[in-house]
Amino acid sequence: MYSKHAALEKNSILMLIFVVITISIGGIIEIVPLFRMETTIEPVKGIRPYTPLELAGQNVYIREGCYGCHSQQIRALRDEVERYGHYSLAAESMYDHPFQWGSKRTGPDLARVGGKYSDEWHVQHMINPQSLVPESIMPSYPHLSRRVLNLADIGDDLIALRAVGVPYTDEMISSATQDAYAQASQDSDYLDGLFERYGEKVVARNFDGETHTSEMDALVAYLQVLGTMAELQDYKHDGSKRSGQ
Amino acid sequence: MSKIDKDEHSGVETTGHEWDGIKELNNPAPRWWLGVFVITVIWSIGYWVVYPAWPTLSGDGERGGTTGNTGWTQYSQLAESQAEIMARRAAYLDRFDAATFEAIQADNGLYAFALAGGASAFKDNCATCHGTGGAGASGYPNLNDDDWLWGGTVDAIEETIKFGIRANHDETRFSEMPAFADIFAEDEISDIADYVLSFSTNTIYPTRGKTLYDEQCSLCHAEDGTGDRFQGAPNLSDAIWFYGGKKGEIEAQIRRPKHGVMPNWNVRLSDSTIRQLAIYVHSLGGGETE
Repeated sequence: MYSKHAALEKNSILMLIFVVITISIGGIIEIVPLFRMETTIEPVKGIRPYTPLELAGQNVYIREGCYGCHSQQIRALRDEVERYGHYSLAAESMYDHPFQWGSKRTGPDLARVGGKYSDEWHVQHMINPQSLVPESIMPSYPHLSRRVLNLADIGDDLIALRAVGVPYTDEMISSATQDAYAQASQDSDYLDGLFERYGEKVVARNFDGETHTSEMDALVAYLQVLGTMAELQDYKHDGSKRSGQ
Repeated sequence: MSKIDKDEHSGVETTGHEWDGIKELNNPAPRWWLGVFVITVIWSIGYWVVYPAWPTLSGDGERGGTTGNTGWTQYSQLAESQAEIMARRAAYLDRFDAATFEAIQADNGLYAFALAGGASAFKDNCATCHGTGGAGASGYPNLNDDDWLWGGTVDAIEETIKFGIRANHDETRFSEMPAFADIFAEDEISDIADYVLSFSTNTIYPTRGKTLYDEQCSLCHAEDGTGDRFQGAPNLSDAIWFYGGKKGEIEAQIRRPKHGVMPNWNVRLSDSTIRQLAIYVHSLGGGETE
């Protein structure tokens, strides 16, 4: 039996065919069921695509490598649920591309950090983490307050996300920049449009307290929405029934 | 291509490959290793029977897959685990929820239960702002002292935790000191700051500062600077400062006051946990009775 293996090793075309067959079996079994996303995503109300400002914040989050130390996935384990709240649902990251589940926690999980701390806390903590949590080893990110947020092209991000299945409408894309600036101020004339497109629950305010719209505004807007969309009080886990959300 | 031959020294066949006179022996994988491999394959079949394993296209079952004959899921495991801890807590929790604070304090077991639960919830939720030991930071009150912005009884602390301060809740505690930058001239602000400092430092104060203070500030902070908890106006006479006690810091707070936000924890924590937290914070050093 061992010696017959030599025939495969000595014929590259035969080897290629067998490699493809072997990998396909594993691949098909793992991937094909996911083509029916409704079998993997629980029906839960309230999940919406990120607003342009929140999306810009997620871009900052990814650029700064926050995922290297912070996960965004609360596992269905008692101690995690006690500490962080309801375990994460697949629906809650279905509009994340790429998803931010992370693989390591040096800092705490952030899946439900939205609303847990005040905006001022986030800003101060980002500028100098040790001023609030002396035992923290998080690096400081003071440049986020100084850097003016580039929102001119944020509509392109929405187009790219729509291509991979996030339901952004033409209207959302064309007014993306306007919506982003509106969300970063308390009293913009364009707030009505923002709420109309993304829902009344969207939090619009001057997140960093400064006059210019900085990367800090976007990041704090993103952090403050994490885990707050799903209406979990209405959610009942039901393993036997899955349907489209 | 080299021909397969036996190694003279060990008597084992070689693979037929040769590099600079070095040949590779074609030893079979160890038998014990093969045995373990076969056992793991057989084990996996048992695993498929017992646990959710194979994805399916039907959409039935746990996340669209086979369920296993035991019906085990990580969610049922979580529910069991939570039920178990709730059963252990129930011995205290039922009495705890029904008892008044005085009754809890009189009952060593219940009081210890409140402090233990409060201490652990404090570390998870409150320590990030108020510090691990509750000592606070600039803009985040120290919870160890007896200077309370909104009251230091267990009930008052409980309400603060539940509904927050300037939070997104109808019953949240709310106060907003006006910005005086456009109302007072700079030298007037300086005089008022001197007068405010005089409450706690016994220094001589300018009379103009007193006049202005009595007109504009005393309605909330009281004429003697002791503040008004009903309005959330801080006590200015106790040498404990929320945003710093240097003259420049006091002036900055008169010009454009900072207004801190504490979230309403009723959306995140259970009523019992909030009560445990209130009793824990009350015990840190400055807790007040009625």
